Amino acid sequence: MNKPFTVALAPDSVCQPPSRTDIYVDRSFRFLARVGAIAILTLVVALVLEIGGKAVPGIQKYGFDFISGVVWDANTHRFGILPAIWGTLYSALMALLIGGFFGVSMAIFLTQDFLPPRLSAVFRIIIELLAAIPSVVYGLWGIFVVIPAILPLADWLNATLGAIPFFASTLSGPGLLPAALVLAIMILPTIAAVAQDALRAVPLKTKQAAYGMGATHWEAILRVMVPSAATGIFGALVLGLGRALGETMALAMLVGNSNQISLSLFSPANTLAALLALNFPEAGPNEVEVLMYAALVLMAITLVVNIAGSLLMSYAQRGNK
Amino acid sequence: MSAVNLAHPANAMNTPLPAAPSLQHQIEGRALRSILLTSLAWVSALLASVPLISVLYMLITRGGARLNLEVFTELPPAGFELGGGFGNALVGTFVMVIIGAAIAIPVGIMAAIFLAELGPYSRLAALARFAAKTLTGLPSILAGVFAYAMVVLTTGTYSAPAGGVALAVLMLPIVVLTAEEAMKMVPKIMKDAAYGMGSTNTQVILKVVLPTAMPAILTGVMLAVARAAGETAPLLFTALFSNYWIVDGGHLAAMSPTASLAVLIYNFSGMPFDNQLELAWAASLVLVLIVLVVNIASRIFGKPRF
Amino acid sequence: MNSLMKFAAFAAGVTLCAANPALAQEKVRLTGSGASFPAPIYLTWFKDLSKKNATMTVDYQSKGSGAGVQDFLNKTVDFAASDSAMKKEDIAKVAEGVQLLPMTAGEIVLAYNLPGNPKGLKLPRDVYSNIFLGKITKWNDPKIVAANPEIKLPDLPITVVRRADSSGTTAVFTMHLSAINPEFKKTLGEGNTVNWPATDKFVASPKNDGVTATVRQTPGAIGYIEYGFAKLAKVDFAQLQNKAGQYAAPGNGAATLAAVKLPEDMVAWLPDPDGAKSYPITSYTWMIFRKTNNDPAKVKAMHEMIEYGLTEGQKIADSMGYIPLPAVVVEQVRKAAANIK
Repeated sequence: MNKPFTVALAPDSVCQPPSRTDIYVDRSFRFLARVGAIAILTLVVALVLEIGGKAVPGIQKYGFDFISGVVWDANTHRFGILPAIWGTLYSALMALLIGGFFGVSMAIFLTQDFLPPRLSAVFRIIIELLAAIPSVVYGLWGIFVVIPAILPLADWLNATLGAIPFFASTLSGPGLLPAALVLAIMILPTIAAVAQDALRAVPLKTKQAAYGMGATHWEAILRVMVPSAATGIFGALVLGLGRALGETMALAMLVGNSNQISLSLFSPANTLAALLALNFPEAGPNEVEVLMYAALVLMAITLVVNIAGSLLMSYAQRGNK
Repeated sequence: MSAVNLAHPANAMNTPLPAAPSLQHQIEGRALRSILLTSLAWVSALLASVPLISVLYMLITRGGARLNLEVFTELPPAGFELGGGFGNALVGTFVMVIIGAAIAIPVGIMAAIFLAELGPYSRLAALARFAAKTLTGLPSILAGVFAYAMVVLTTGTYSAPAGGVALAVLMLPIVVLTAEEAMKMVPKIMKDAAYGMGSTNTQVILKVVLPTAMPAILTGVMLAVARAAGETAPLLFTALFSNYWIVDGGHLAAMSPTASLAVLIYNFSGMPFDNQLELAWAASLVLVLIVLVVNIASRIFGKPRF
Repeated sequence: MNSLMKFAAFAAGVTLCAANPALAQEKVRLTGSGASFPAPIYLTWFKDLSKKNATMTVDYQSKGSGAGVQDFLNKTVDFAASDSAMKKEDIAKVAEGVQLLPMTAGEIVLAYNLPGNPKGLKLPRDVYSNIFLGKITKWNDPKIVAANPEIKLPDLPITVVRRADSSGTTAVFTMHLSAINPEFKKTLGEGNTVNWPATDKFVASPKNDGVTATVRQTPGAIGYIEYGFAKLAKVDFAQLQNKAGQYAAPGNGAATLAAVKLPEDMVAWLPDPDGAKSYPITSYTWMIFRKTNNDPAKVKAMHEMIEYGLTEGQKIADSMGYIPLPAVVVEQVRKAAANIK
């Protein structure tokens, strides 16, 4: 095996054939790398099995009623998570509406030559800092800044527009709106970052062509750039939604933890993640199985959304090439 | 825009027809809309910066007011006690992040080496990449549920290692995906040159790919560390909380509940006592500073060298 | 790479040390979890005890009574604390046997937050039970106005703050409400968690701390919390009408406790005490131990902790808003503690 190399090598060459140790090290190194890759797969499988497996008794006992039920009462062993699913989706969609608008505007603002590079770097850092602040700090801030700030506005909206179902109740501290607002701020950086990448990926020629045809700055943005980057921007929104669905601490601190289904933005609500955070530490065996069932539902929802998001992203990347 | 403006006077002169004023109107309308939209973009960008400024303002005024040496050396106040600090929580956070990193970094980098260098197009790589992407979207509370079932129930106690495992689950995908990206950025010529000299895969990876990609890999590691340091949900029922130091009276209380900054903030934020609330703000300030320092460090390390 | 390897090796070393139980034997650490109701006084005891006694630390986590009992059953703690004692079927699950010891007692108050902070709101029995049934929803309800002619009550909806977690405080409170209002007993019943009316005006917060903080933050709120929390967080609390028809304020529970004799299992309830001066919602709170423990060092520490609580601990109870145990009860507890081996 070594012979052809030795023949080809000059005595003073830096090139050397692999020694026996080199080959041995190489084999074990490659083996270890493969183990690393397998470990990730195993982790995902273990997560699904661990949570799914522990949920099986709950699924057998409560079946689909668990998802459509509206009562959570450990005393009478009636468990239903429809209010929590509703709260999870409602708060996440509200957050997406607000965070999506600001996130995409921010991405346009930063990529479409509105600012000198230095200033746009400042804004970019601001967004990245928003992403770096821990969830629990947002929760604290929400309790002491957001809720007192929106209380008068909520009272006014309820008094004047109370007939509209969105404003049908008064805000009494924690509730859906403060939770959704804070959630919107938390997903804004994700959306802004991914949407920026999507907009930057549009070839310069496309924009130049639009200008060449006499489009104004905004016509070029709204009719050419945004549609060209649409798949990527949509992917950004879906990933933001995925993040909003799984967010735990800020919501557990702000949402009010009340099992009810209401359209009103000012009502207290509940979410799956908050339900888990608050009930898991005290769950007996009967409750662990239903909480594992709830965890499975949460995992399923976030998985579907996140996979959809990453598929969209890879589709968008392929489209640009 | 300029193209339209140039075209306009020519148009108006050559064709003194009723169409001309309408074109002018149209242009004014378009310009007006541009101005409107630009102001809207400015307003929304400034609005989006308000929360950050507000959070930082609250942290600095309310947290800064309480920040002194005592909070780093004292234990949390008991009940209605005044004073106190969160020294043990700071230590606990460090210990658990280190445990998490000790698990996630070696596994993550090995996996990334496989994904980027050894078998990028294999079925295993495709599956592992998909798994890692799926894990990035995993709600952090589920990592806690998992570590509770795997570690807390088997060892029979809340502990720092249990918290570390939960954090490792969250750090792993970040490390894998950023390290893979970093290694893919290493120019192919460099690798080819090494292979051409008869290097083994391992030699190429250890002596060429890893050193070249190291700054970007470190960025990923730092981001993972920053994320883990701020996590609360996975620690709530894995590490729980403790009112004492992890090293207590000369011995290491490793297999017992461990404090962390994030859980302290959560616990104290819900308390009706001003002393605890002040400490919650001060702890938030410290936590945000740690996360920011790590983030900035990742930027400095992460400057590409090639 | 080299430095990374070193870091990884160092980190792995830390984990190994951490997993080595041989290092963890010199100083005894007892861990406990459970009720948030007595948490302030327990934490004060344990911090003081750990300072005075160099051989032990007691680490107590306030999570709610339900969580404490669950930790105890899962054997993730050495002892638990609960305001609702422990269910028979849960006791049956513990092979080592269970010893319940009342360590202190307290009163549950209805804390409220009204504009202008009027003190001494009086609440008749049918009024406060109906507020928690979701039937009285306005502060200017004629029944509240009739009982409080001297307070100007606003036209404000009543926000009821209840516990989000499984709580012994809830158990004691709902036991009392069930005793005084048959409808409450029929629709909600009693327990660590009950199925509260699902309306906009019932919000949930974790632990006594959370309920107190939410009441303090929310105008028009009312919530049930331990007296000490109300006292130290400086929220207003109502005078409640007792069985004898008198309005009573919390703060003199010793007589109420003395009227009840503790049975052999150390569990006694006072869902609706007699006596013209008695405050209506008073309860013991318990620590829960295993009768058989295999670590003698821990057993010794448990006995020291109990003895501290019964002697030094009772001295500070009154000042923190708890009720010191009557001398008879202290003796009974001391005797029962001998069962922990």
